[in-house]
Amino acid sequence: MSQLSESMLEVTSLEVKYGAIAALRGISLSVKTGQIVTMIGANGAGKSTLLRAISGLIRVCSGNISLGDADITNLPPHRIVGFGVSHAPEGRMIFANLTVRENLEMGAYLRRDSDAVAGDLDRVFLLFPRLKERINQQGGTLSGGEQQMLAVGRAMMARPKLLLLDEPSLGIGPILVKAIFQTIVEINRELGMTILLVEQNAHLALKIAHYGYVLETGNIILEGPSSEIACNELVRKAYLSE
Amino acid sequence: MSEFLQQVINGISLGSIYALIALGYTMIYGILRFINFAHGDVFMVGAFIGYFVAPHVISLTGGSLWIAAPIVLIVTMVGCSALGVTIEKLAYRPLRSRPKLTVLITAIGVSFFLEYGGQLVFGPDPKLFPTLIPSSSLINTQHVVIGTNSIVVILTAIVLMLLLRFIVYNTKMGTAMRAVSFDHRVASLMGINIDSVISFTFVLGSGLAAAASLLYASVYPSINPLMGIFPGLKAFVAAVLGGIGNLAGAALGGLIIGITETFVSGYISSSYRDAIAFAILILILLFKPSGILGRHDRDKV
Ligand SMILES: Nc1ncnc2c1ncn2[C@@H]1O[C@H](COP(=O)(O)OP(=O)(O)OP(=O)(O)O)[C@@H](O)[C@H]1O
Ligand SMILES: [Mg+2]
Repeated sequence: MSQLSESMLEVTSLEVKYGAIAALRGISLSVKTGQIVTMIGANGAGKSTLLRAISGLIRVCSGNISLGDADITNLPPHRIVGFGVSHAPEGRMIFANLTVRENLEMGAYLRRDSDAVAGDLDRVFLLFPRLKERINQQGGTLSGGEQQMLAVGRAMMARPKLLLLDEPSLGIGPILVKAIFQTIVEINRELGMTILLVEQNAHLALKIAHYGYVLETGNIILEGPSSEIACNELVRKAYLSE
Repeated sequence: MSEFLQQVINGISLGSIYALIALGYTMIYGILRFINFAHGDVFMVGAFIGYFVAPHVISLTGGSLWIAAPIVLIVTMVGCSALGVTIEKLAYRPLRSRPKLTVLITAIGVSFFLEYGGQLVFGPDPKLFPTLIPSSSLINTQHVVIGTNSIVVILTAIVLMLLLRFIVYNTKMGTAMRAVSFDHRVASLMGINIDSVISFTFVLGSGLAAAASLLYASVYPSINPLMGIFPGLKAFVAAVLGGIGNLAGAALGGLIIGITETFVSGYISSSYRDAIAFAILILILLFKPSGILGRHDRDKV
């Protein structure tokens, strides 16, 4: 198989601006099918902007985003979900006025295979038993950690080809971080879900990812297999605080 | 005592009509965060659809009102829903990313358009709305008269509100409506087509206004193109009173306004009828701007 057909997501020369400010300055990257790819970088590097551009939340200035054979550049977000992309946004963004169950059901909004949806619901509850105990509780009343579990679970419910995760470790304790990262590895291995993981916690992200990119003020300054990135002198200094 | 009972029933009947209109204001606010000031005029158009359609339906059904009325109701609801969806598409959708004030002013413009367009098309003179609810007195004691009118109004409103409740809380589309009311962007990440959900909300809101218009015109059968202004404003006050964005609040607010209005005009003077809603509005804005059932801003439809 050619390089191209193995690739799930191809981003080419992507430029995104907020008004006059360039947040992404022509970056290119690719995510291979079945892999966990991580994008690490400091605050304000443009990591969330990249995910927003892929899922259609923000307009792309120039460049191209394609998923398999489909060009998804600047499609409306709900259409991009239809192509099999699911985005768990920064800051969880749980529907505070919906119950845990309804939040998860909304994750599966476009799916018509109700039996498989029920199975996936059970799977989420197996991974996060805390959510099952709170199934009829309003999303807004969950703790931060529970909301993070719900955000990951909700994105999984779409059974996407490509899962975009924006800092799932943000603001939660180390035990839960570990559990969530274990879950990410599990859904990648068992369901074969391709994952693009944005993280500031470079240490953990590089540990579970196959491949990594380092983003700095809108430019990709380094890429490679995550073991190589983890050994890089620059990364060790700047992101692994050694 | 019996006069009191009579007033209560009249008040609940009027209040249910306000509640139906208020639900439209509150749902559209919940989704788009603006007051659709043309809503009262969609209500008016409903009365005119009923006015033109009812005679045909009644003659087609051989004069049986119990068969004709539900048909007229459905036709009117479909007509108003189509109007509501069209207004949203043509007037509000292009302005969706603009400041709310721009949309608000546009809504007032649409309202004028319907009022003066209505005068042009239907003529400014009042018209007599046909009888749709067979009039008889169900209970007729010495002091209390409960006509079929009041009962039909109250029952229709209850059925429609239960149906709405079911749609909003027990269907996928209803859950999507609540998700969109929380946050458009996050909802779109679920694959929800925001435009369809907004259109659907206008279908529901305008459909309820249509039902309200037939009930209202059956109680006050003189209809004209400006008839939507006062019921519209009072229902708006009802929605604010109950807590704008809150469905149960709109129903409760409608009942309170209806009952208060009936009592004021029955016991004090009917010349205060229209003023009382505005007195209530000023009181809420002074003492509890979030309304009776209003909670924090995000937890609303
Ligand atoms: N809505 C916005 N309007 C204007 N500028 C924005 C907006 N969102 C992001 N930016 C700017 O774009 C740049 C990239 O932001 P982005 O949110 O993508 O960073 P990030 O890498 O996700 O950072 P963090 O790790 O803190 O989440 C920043 O300089 C930020 O200030
Ligand atoms: Mg970010």
